[in-house]
Amino acid sequence: MTNPHIRVLVMSLYLLFLMVPIYWLLAMSFKTNTEIVAGFTLFPRDFTLQNYVTILTDPSWYMGYVNSLIYVVMNTVISITVALPAAYAFSRYRFMGDKHLFFWLLSNRMAPPAVFALPFFQLYSSVGLFDTHIAVALAHCLFNVPLAVWILEGFMRGVPREIDETAYVDGYSFGRFFITIFAPLIASGIGVAAFFCFMFSWVELLLSRTLTAVDAKSIAATMTRTVSASGMDWGVLTAAGVLTIIPGAIVIYFVRNYIAKGFALGRV
Amino acid sequence: MALELQGVSRTVNGQVHIRSANLRLEPGVINVLLGPTAAGKTSLMRLMAGLDRPSAGRILVSGTDVTGAAVQERDVAMVYQEFINYPGKSVYENIASPLRLKGKAGQEVDAAVRSTAELLKLTPLLQRKPLELSGGQQQRCALARALVKQARLVLLDEPLANLDYKLREELRAEIPNIFAQSQTIFVYATSEPEEALLLGGNTATLHEGEVCQFGPTASVYRRPATIRSAEVFSDPPINLAVGDKMGPALKLEDGHSIELAPELVGLSDGRYTLGFRAHDLSLQAPDSGYLRFDCQLTGTEVTGSETFLYLAQADRSWVGRLPGVLSRPVGETIAVWVNPQHLYLFDATGRLVACGSEPA
Repeated sequence: MTNPHIRVLVMSLYLLFLMVPIYWLLAMSFKTNTEIVAGFTLFPRDFTLQNYVTILTDPSWYMGYVNSLIYVVMNTVISITVALPAAYAFSRYRFMGDKHLFFWLLSNRMAPPAVFALPFFQLYSSVGLFDTHIAVALAHCLFNVPLAVWILEGFMRGVPREIDETAYVDGYSFGRFFITIFAPLIASGIGVAAFFCFMFSWVELLLSRTLTAVDAKSIAATMTRTVSASGMDWGVLTAAGVLTIIPGAIVIYFVRNYIAKGFALGRV
Repeated sequence: MALELQGVSRTVNGQVHIRSANLRLEPGVINVLLGPTAAGKTSLMRLMAGLDRPSAGRILVSGTDVTGAAVQERDVAMVYQEFINYPGKSVYENIASPLRLKGKAGQEVDAAVRSTAELLKLTPLLQRKPLELSGGQQQRCALARALVKQARLVLLDEPLANLDYKLREELRAEIPNIFAQSQTIFVYATSEPEEALLLGGNTATLHEGEVCQFGPTASVYRRPATIRSAEVFSDPPINLAVGDKMGPALKLEDGHSIELAPELVGLSDGRYTLGFRAHDLSLQAPDSGYLRFDCQLTGTEVTGSETFLYLAQADRSWVGRLPGVLSRPVGETIAVWVNPQHLYLFDATGRLVACGSEPA
C-alpha cells in the first residue's frame, strides 16, 4: 500500500461503487423518458425539472409523502413512548424470565414482514382500521418497539443505578426523576432509537402497501403502482426516488455521531 | 431521636445479606460500620435508607416504624463510594436540587447553596458540570448535596475509598466537623480499621452480614467481643493460635505450652484461641514475663519507617509490624515475643474470655 497510485485507485473505486447507484438515480430524474429509453447517456442531454414538477403538483404523488410522513411520525412517537418504560424496566429490575423475554422481543424480527401481512390485513379490516395512518403506524410497531427497547436498554444500562437511587433519596418522585434527570442523560439514545424507528418505518413497503388503499397510501406503494397503460414513467419514478431519500438523509445527519453506538444497540 | 434496627434481616434468593441486625444509632456521634468488602455495610445502609426492604424485622426512627416507608418519605441523605451527582446539572443545581424538591423559596435555596458550597470549598466551581471536576471535587459536591438537605439521617458509604491519599486525609478530617451539627444521625461505612479509629464515635463491626459488636470505637478496638470482631477490627490481621488449657498452662498446637496469668487460671479447662495484634509482636523481651514463640520467617516488607514480618507459626500465618527497617533472611527461624498484657483469649465459641490478664 505504499504506492500512492494504488491508494488513489482503491479510494476511487470505493467512491465509484458508493456513488454510482445514487448518481444514476439522480441523473435519470433530470432526463426525459425518451432519453432514458433511448440508450446510454452519462449526463442528462435535455436537462428537465418536469419530473419534479409532476410530483409536487399532482396530489396522487405528493400525498404519498404526506401519508408516509404522518404514519412514520406516529409510529416513532408510539414506539419511543412505549419502549422507554419497557427499556427502563429491563435495565433496572430483575424478574422471572426477564432475559428470555428481552431476547424474544427480537423474535418478531426473525420473520419477514410478509408473514404478518395477511393476518394484519384481516385484523385491521375487521376492526375498521384499514386504509388509516394509525393502522400502518401500529403495524410497524411490530418491529420498531422491540428494536427501540433494545437500543434504549443499552443506553440506560450505561447510566449508574446509583443516580436513580440518589434521586429518590433526594426526594424525587419516579416521574419527575425520569423526565428531568434520566431522560436528558440518555437523550442521544432516544435520538438514535427514534432515527431507527423512522428509518425502518419509512423504507418498509409490504405492510404499508397491504394496509392502505387510497387515503393513507404510502409513497413506496405509490411508486410501485405507477406502471400505467402508457408504460413505465421512468423519469417521474426516479424523481420520486430522489425525494424519498431526502428525509432519511436529513434525520441521519442529526444523529450521525451516535449512529455507531446505535447499531451496537447502545453496547459500546 | 434515634435510628433503631430491630432484628432486621435481608435475604435475597436464599442468600443472606443481613442477618438479624440490632442497632441503635444516636445523633451527635459518628456511627461507623466497619467490615471487609461484602460484609454487608452497603446492604445495611440501603436498609437504613429505605432503598431495600428488610425480609424481617423493623426499622424505627424516633420510635416511629418506618419499615415500609418509601425512600422519598424517609428524610435521608446518602453519599456513595462512586462519585454520584446529576451529570446534566451544574454543581449549583446539584446542590440546590434537594431543597427545590422540598419547595423552598428561591432566596432561601440560594443562601443555603452558597454557604454549603463555601464550607466545602466549591464556590469557584458552582457553574461547572460535575464531570468536569476532579474526583475529590465531585465527592465534595455529593457531600454538599447530602449536607444541604439537613436530613435526619446521613449515610456515607465509603465516601473516601476512591480518592487518592492526600484528598482522603483532607476530607476525612473535615467530614466529622462538617456533620457535627446536632440532630443528625450520621453513619459512615469503611473497610479500614484505621479510618474507624480516626473517626472515633461508635463502631459496629460487621462480618458476612452479621453485626459482631457495637459500641464506642475505642472500646470495640480494645476489647473485641469475639474473634470475628477482632479480625474485622485489625489491619494487618490479628495473629491467632489455638491451644488446650490444662490448669495453669495452655498447650498450643505446636506442642509448646505457655503459662497463663494467675487471674486466668480459674477458667474452665478446654480449647481456647489466643490472639494478639501485629504491632504487639516484638523481637526482644524487655522482661521475663513475655511469651516466646518460635516462628519461621516467610517474608518481609519494608514500608519506609516500618517493617512487616510475615511468619509461619504452626501452620498459621502471623504478621508482625515493627518500627524501623529490619532485614532478616527469609526461611530463618526466629524467636518473637509478646507481652501477655496484650493477649486476647477467646473460648471455643469465639467469645472473648480475657483481655490481657483481666477476665472479660
